[in-house]
Amino acid sequence: MDYFSVERMFEPVIEVQGLTKVFPSVKAVDTVSFHIYPGEILGLLGPNGAGKTTIIHMLLGLTTPTAGEIKVFGLDLKEHREEIVQDVNFSSTYVSMPNSLTVKECLRVYARLYDVKEREDRVSELLRTFEIEHIQNRLIRHLSSGQQTRLNLAKALINNPKLLFLDEPTASMDPDIADKTRRLLRRIKKERNLSILYTSHNMVEMEEMSDRILFLHHGKIIASGRPQEVVKSYKRKTLEEVFLKIAREEKV
Amino acid sequence: MEIFYWPLLDLLVWGFVTVYLSRFRQNLPGFVTFFIGALILWDILFRSHQGISVSFLEDVWSRNLLNLFASPLSPAEYILSLMTVSMVKLITTASVMALLAWIFYSFNIFLLGMALIPFILNLIIMGWAIGIVTTALILRFGQEAEVLAWALGFLFMPVSAVFYPVAVLPSLLQTVSRFIPASYVFEGMRAVINTGQFPVQALLWSFGINAVYILAAGLFFKWNFAVVKRKGLLVRIGE
Repeated sequence: MDYFSVERMFEPVIEVQGLTKVFPSVKAVDTVSFHIYPGEILGLLGPNGAGKTTIIHMLLGLTTPTAGEIKVFGLDLKEHREEIVQDVNFSSTYVSMPNSLTVKECLRVYARLYDVKEREDRVSELLRTFEIEHIQNRLIRHLSSGQQTRLNLAKALINNPKLLFLDEPTASMDPDIADKTRRLLRRIKKERNLSILYTSHNMVEMEEMSDRILFLHHGKIIASGRPQEVVKSYKRKTLEEVFLKIAREEKV
Repeated sequence: MEIFYWPLLDLLVWGFVTVYLSRFRQNLPGFVTFFIGALILWDILFRSHQGISVSFLEDVWSRNLLNLFASPLSPAEYILSLMTVSMVKLITTASVMALLAWIFYSFNIFLLGMALIPFILNLIIMGWAIGIVTTALILRFGQEAEVLAWALGFLFMPVSAVFYPVAVLPSLLQTVSRFIPASYVFEGMRAVINTGQFPVQALLWSFGINAVYILAAGLFFKWNFAVVKRKGLLVRIGE
């Protein structure tokens, strides 16, 4: 049965059980379990070093977990990674593109890597969507950081993914472009039932974007639920206040 | 442009040194031919190595590595793509060097005839093996190991008998050079120029050693890739 068939639309896109990553000096992720449903945006929050990025790297197969199980689209990531990543993509503010290529060449390369059908149409569509058509022939090394971020996001959507990992995707954008990007992501999510795992240090953005959030601290989930539920459970007014309370390790 | 810059400088400097020395060494036949031929062939090995290691470093420097490895691209496909890039770069560079050697020093590399093909193939494969090992070491040890992208190839130069015969080496290094595929190529080149005879057996032996080395390099990369993923080093070098 096709994973994306109607019969399976309420099964989790990702199921994580007891995920743990131990580095020699630190336990970066400590028996974390969660799931993401189709069309859901799950926000991962936490101070620096909480384990957010390590979780994303393990879900992409870039870091091998010490323990735990990851199922994506119902398949074991360890056994079926190549098949899974065809329908997954990611964008991170810490990762960039080959700077000797032009914007358009870069998208073409990634379209080939993901074996995208009708590549040229897809590339043109993304150039338009992210308003980078006018710089399509510019070398990546000459782009501003905001333009690079938009290119990263365009790359992240090149294969029409069913699951997207976004690690601080709007970090270097001006408020206007960041707002447009958030709107666009919400639109795509709605239109295509896209599931997103989202990290950001912008708490307003997290409240706005996330259907549910997971609060991580020292590699453990210390709170989860809808943003407003979490805010309420900590007896605070905003997610930012909750974040500050946790980051400063006040007694909950 | 950088793929032409250093080879061109090498060719000019060493080419003129050779021309100068040959004026005093009339009794050493084919001195210019030996030296410039060796220079061009060594550059093929060096470019083959660099084509892999420096292309990999370019992905590291542009912070593109994680995008690649998060895609359906497998590590084996990535290495194959680096080999292809290396091949394109070295064909371009070697063609320019061969042309300039002919213009400046009337040296025709094609005098080596059909022997040129197995010579070049051997050097390319050895360069790839060194490049793959270098890449694996950079993945594992990060920035500290970047210098290997340029340096590791040169480690084999003294025992590759590039500009002198193996017989010149002390006996211990002669033994080492028997396990260096490039030494058979440079010895073979001198044999072809001197006697016109093609050392078939030596080159077959060279291909055999190369086959072992390229396989071992591939296995080393595969094992090392699993280690860097386990230690979280892939993301550290990729960001």
